[in-house]
Amino acid sequence: MQPYDLPDEFGHFGQFGGTFVAETLIEALDELREMYSKYKDDPDFLAEFHSDLKHFVGRPSPIYFAERLTKQMGGAKIYLKREDLNHTGAHKVNNTVGQALLAKRMGKPRVIAETGAGQHGVATATIAARLGLECVVYMGSEDVKRQSPNVYRMKLLGATVVPVESGSKTLKDALNEALRDWVTNVSNTFYIIGTVAGPHPYPMMVRDFNSVVGKECLDQMPEIANKQPDVVVACVGGGSNAMGIFYPYIEHKNVKLIGVEAAGEGIETGRHAAPLTSESKIGVLHGNRTYLMQNSEGQIIETHSVSAGLDYPGVGPEHSWLKDSGRASYVAIKDDEALEAFHNLCRVEGIIPALETSHALAYAQKLAADMSPEEVILVNLSGRGDKDINTVANISGISL
Amino acid sequence: MSKIKITFEKLKELNKSALIPFITAGDPSPKDTVSLMNTLVENGADMIELGIPFSDPMADGPVIQRASERALKNKVGIKDTIKLAKDFRETNKKTPLILMGYANPIEAIGVENFISLIKEAQIDGVITVDYPPEESKEFVKRLKKEKIDSIFLLSPTTEDERIKLIAKQASGFLYYVSLKGVTGAANIDINQVSENVKNIQKYSDLPIAVGFGVRDPKTAKAVSKISDGVVIGSRIVKEIEESNEIEIIPNVKKLMHSMKVAMDSSSA
Repeated sequence: MQPYDLPDEFGHFGQFGGTFVAETLIEALDELREMYSKYKDDPDFLAEFHSDLKHFVGRPSPIYFAERLTKQMGGAKIYLKREDLNHTGAHKVNNTVGQALLAKRMGKPRVIAETGAGQHGVATATIAARLGLECVVYMGSEDVKRQSPNVYRMKLLGATVVPVESGSKTLKDALNEALRDWVTNVSNTFYIIGTVAGPHPYPMMVRDFNSVVGKECLDQMPEIANKQPDVVVACVGGGSNAMGIFYPYIEHKNVKLIGVEAAGEGIETGRHAAPLTSESKIGVLHGNRTYLMQNSEGQIIETHSVSAGLDYPGVGPEHSWLKDSGRASYVAIKDDEALEAFHNLCRVEGIIPALETSHALAYAQKLAADMSPEEVILVNLSGRGDKDINTVANISGISL
Repeated sequence: MSKIKITFEKLKELNKSALIPFITAGDPSPKDTVSLMNTLVENGADMIELGIPFSDPMADGPVIQRASERALKNKVGIKDTIKLAKDFRETNKKTPLILMGYANPIEAIGVENFISLIKEAQIDGVITVDYPPEESKEFVKRLKKEKIDSIFLLSPTTEDERIKLIAKQASGFLYYVSLKGVTGAANIDINQVSENVKNIQKYSDLPIAVGFGVRDPKTAKAVSKISDGVVIGSRIVKEIEESNEIEIIPNVKKLMHSMKVAMDSSSA
């Protein structure tokens, strides 16, 4: 069996991935690729990265046995990888620390980022403050309205937040705008992409930085559960937390990998954000080829999910590859199922999960009930839900 | 020989540079597109670039993005764009016509289908903004088979080795992006552009057109002296956006005329 060594030198995962950008960005991507391949195995760089992950982020994050939840479901044991306990409250910070340290090595005094719910923006603003870098965050004006606490957080951390008024005024438009900024300010600016999408080398680089999650699990699971998990479950928007935990398990063939997309109001309604589960067509967006929610003439369509972090019409190209190759499978969970899992975890385990993560929890619960008590499910608890309490309260008809 | 090539050769004999205006199909409405194209030709356009509306035009600035949004509101996508191009061809057989757009709409209707539709509409060239040469070898080969030119962008940051690579795949002309940025961005540095155009000429015999940032007759004139073609996009689209419906044609006419007069004047 050939070891898993994707992507190839052009960033292809089979037919997915690649570098689909205007010529104006090619030089910047060449430079980034060159610098990343120079530093990714550099002992000094890695020492600095791991030191920051330990002392600034608080890694390693623990794995927790959700005993009451397990009992409630009456099946497989459910373990939670506690990325919610990281500084800034989610897995996003692993990647931003890596990219910001790379920016510093490349001598770029300014970093930019796109953000949907604001988690990646906050994580970027945080590390930019820590390293003394100028930080500009692009955010769809609709999201600025929906996520005002995170907007204020970014400002407290010294970042400039630019509301994006074009297109659907959400995450994908923020990404377009960040790319435009980068083209214009290429010489002094590093673009910190928040997910495993974008042109090569981003899907690979973001995966690598986030794979600290899965690597820790490989060590921790035998200690706490006496075995590696039978199934790993993670939510998928762009797919960075899922790639982070899946990647080190790809070669462990007897570990099932399941990504959970947002079914929104239901796949059949068309109001969802599940390009893989809904069998969308393959297309090209934001620099890579992947499964993409689009109309018959290739216009990107608006997505819907209760969780802003999953509200994206595409998906990282490596997930498209894992789906087609059969190494991972993908399912979707509706808004109301995710909300139910959200409330349940709060009350049964004393953990407020992010709404994104609640999609993974909802599926893991269903799955656990159908498995035996000897079997083990590992869920990536990718983020905490404090940011979502306004959304949840609104849905419950409560004004805070 | 392609219509694009013939046009550049004729202009070269006259010691002139091509005036290449850009508009987005379906902006402000599909019924205006063909008459706007004819207005462009009547007022000095040597070829026309017609933009295919796309929901996520990454390389474009706000002006052309808004044009895309207006067109999409009018339900004009890639198929209607090609239909409008075909309607124009029924009124004009001569002027070279170039489609400019992004990869996803082309792939969504299928590359084979796209090529057969544009062949039928007698389109002369295609610029696919987010298809760099590495990702578009097959596409270029198929276009070539139908004698349709593949036009590629070059930027101020494109290194010499890459210029060679792109020039090998390109036909018709090379489109030099005059600045680091998106369409319609800041003013350009004419000396810098001149140097870079001369550098590109070392590696390719193809005509070189310059675009992104040509906003006034003075710049159009300066660029025309150092290149084989001047692309004017955002400035025209902005004129369309800011004009009352009945004034669109006269205002575009006036704008084109001022650019043309400046480019044709020989004084420094």
